[in-house]
Amino acid sequence: MIPLGHYLIVSAILFAIGTAGVFLRRNLITILLSIEIMLNAVNLSFVAFGRAQGNVDGQIITFFVMTVAAAEAAVGLAIVIGLFRHRESLNPDAFTSLKW
Amino acid sequence: MIALIPLFPLLGFAVNASMGRRLPKTVSGGLASLVMLASFAVSVAAVWQVANLAPAQRAIEQTLYTWIASGDFVLDLTLRVDPLASVMILVITGIGSLIHIYSTAYMHEESDREYARYFSYLNLFAAFMLVLVLGANFLVLFVGWEGVGLCSYLLIGFWFEKRSAADAGKKAFVVNRIGDYAFILGTLLLFVRFGTLDFQRIASAVAPLGAEPAFGLLSVGTLLLFIGATGKSAQIPLYVWLPDAMEGPTPVSALIHAATMVTAGVYMIGRNAVLFRHAPETMAVVAVIGAATALMAGTIGLVQNDIKRVLAYSTVSQLGYMFLAMGVGAFGAGIFHLYTHAFFKACLFLGSGAVIHALHGEQDIRNMGGLKAGLPITYWTFLIGSLAIAGVPLLAGFFSKDEILFETFARGHVILWTIGILTSLLTATYMFRLVFLTFHGERRHDAPAPAHAEEEEPAAHRPGSDLHQPAADLHRPAADLHQPGAHLHDAPPAMALALIVLALGSVLAGYIGVPHALGGGNALGAWLAPSFAARSATTLADQAVGEVGEPGAGEAGEAGGGLELSLMVVSSIVALVGIGLAAFIWLRRREIADKAAASFPGVYRLLLNKYYVDEVYDATIVQPIRIVSQEGLWRGIDVNVIDGAVNGTASIVDGSSSLLRRLQSGSVRAYAGSLLIGVVLILGYYLWR
Repeated sequence: MIPLGHYLIVSAILFAIGTAGVFLRRNLITILLSIEIMLNAVNLSFVAFGRAQGNVDGQIITFFVMTVAAAEAAVGLAIVIGLFRHRESLNPDAFTSLKW
Repeated sequence: MIALIPLFPLLGFAVNASMGRRLPKTVSGGLASLVMLASFAVSVAAVWQVANLAPAQRAIEQTLYTWIASGDFVLDLTLRVDPLASVMILVITGIGSLIHIYSTAYMHEESDREYARYFSYLNLFAAFMLVLVLGANFLVLFVGWEGVGLCSYLLIGFWFEKRSAADAGKKAFVVNRIGDYAFILGTLLLFVRFGTLDFQRIASAVAPLGAEPAFGLLSVGTLLLFIGATGKSAQIPLYVWLPDAMEGPTPVSALIHAATMVTAGVYMIGRNAVLFRHAPETMAVVAVIGAATALMAGTIGLVQNDIKRVLAYSTVSQLGYMFLAMGVGAFGAGIFHLYTHAFFKACLFLGSGAVIHALHGEQDIRNMGGLKAGLPITYWTFLIGSLAIAGVPLLAGFFSKDEILFETFARGHVILWTIGILTSLLTATYMFRLVFLTFHGERRHDAPAPAHAEEEEPAAHRPGSDLHQPAADLHRPAADLHQPGAHLHDAPPAMALALIVLALGSVLAGYIGVPHALGGGNALGAWLAPSFAARSATTLADQAVGEVGEPGAGEAGEAGGGLELSLMVVSSIVALVGIGLAAFIWLRRREIADKAAASFPGVYRLLLNKYYVDEVYDATIVQPIRIVSQEGLWRGIDVNVIDGAVNGTASIVDGSSSLLRRLQSGSVRAYAGSLLIGVVLILGYYLWR
């Protein structure tokens, strides 16, 4: 059986990839995809913990996260479309007018 | 049933206040008078019920509801009619009704709206005054106490477009606040000491105690109550508002500032007679203040030129008499004088109102004279009132004033008695100066036209008086007075009715208190006696104090019959001398008064300016408060500290925000970065600690 540590390492790597994507990419849709990767990294560690401890709590919470992620993706994409119509751009640095 | 007594006037107030402006004058004035008469009828019935009880049990109570219930402390809204309250409610509703009826004619020139406003205030006043005298505990009394103060303010400032009237109203209100503050402190002190505010329970709690030997808690409490009384009843040092209160309509002066409200302080002391008797220090203060006020106001009254102001000072002086009586422990005599004074002073004020009405607002007696022929009803009623207040034998004022003077003398206060008898002389003199200058001789126009009466030189009006002095003019008929359009009309029926009834009262009111020395029974004294004793008056301690404080009216009468008779003779002679003096000076030789004024200009100016008390108060109290308020409290504390704190908070927020807002760059990446750093730092802390 694959030990818990391996899952966690994979999860951490996925999370780091997602974080890097959020910070480094200049496209809003890519950033949303990166966020999905981060969420799934967390899902992975939940499921791994649940399996290691022998109960289903980790799987249950993962279903919640997936539901929320689906909703978030829908809302996020709608916002992205709205923003694109507004500025003809998907670069997050183009949307800095909401400040002092 | 008792509740109906104040509720009737309150109903009149509600109707006149809510829809009076749409009612014709006959309805609003008629309703106001009618509710007073109804209240009077209920009062008579209530008093009748009280009179049918055994003397020791004479009190009926009505508890309307529990007002305050807090732990052990329960305070009911209770009304109680006992002998003292019964005298007061009869005076208030009886004389109040007459003054309402008089007002329907006196105020007739006002618009419907103002007319209704006037009557709504007057009814509200009557309601509060009745609550004041019916209240069975300090708090209910205080409700009435404050309520009448409010109505007094509203009615003094009734013609508020006139600057002086508005100012006078404010002055009365502010001066009364000082007294009321002391009053409520006294009430709280008594509550702390006795745990109750009910008059009877306090009396029963005090009765077994001996008289307080040294200045202690009882003395402080009663002194504070007395300060409240000096405000409401216009005694030194808080009397200054009453003369200014004459800015109000004359019937108001008669009802509130002569017959009823200003006697509230006297009533309050009578109501707490047992309490005050146990604080001899306070009693001494009350007596001395009363005598001093009586004398001082009398001297001022001697030189004033405004007909209503003379009467106002006369009121202050007579109230001084009442406090003198209270202070020497002759509670019955004080209330007796309160009762007779209500008749003759209301009569005099209403008479002066009739004069002012006839002369279209003229109030300066230097512009009067010779009105006897034109205003016969006013003249005769005013004369009867003056005779009564002067203490001419067999009229109302004679009995009550003599009882006060006799009680004062009999209890060994010879100096106070001397002051009293001197004031009696002054009273007779200034009242008949008023009568002679107003009604006798011939119409004059001596007053300097625009100047303030108080500021002129004593000699300033003399040339004028010489002009109108020729003997040939003395018999000029009143009808062809030289003022254009001066067709004098005597009091209209409603006013005449009130005047005549009150004049009859001034003659007859004294007969319910004829002293034993004259073969009477002093029925009023005996009637009132239960109110001045605690309910369980049989305890030994109370009897001991009672003997020191107040010998029952009966004992005093028998013990000092001869003394009382001789004192009566003295004061009768004094009254007649006073009248004779006034007749000699102002009827025969007017120049004597002017010469006296000219040869003692200092004294004359001192009196004319009312001992400069207003100026002294202004310099010592008003201006310092003004300066402290303006420079210290306003420019100092309000502007710097309070506004500074508010503005300082705002500028701190503003300054720190201008730094913090730089963090809001609008860059999503920067936000996400700071979030990440924060999470890493927090997690790092928990992992490595």
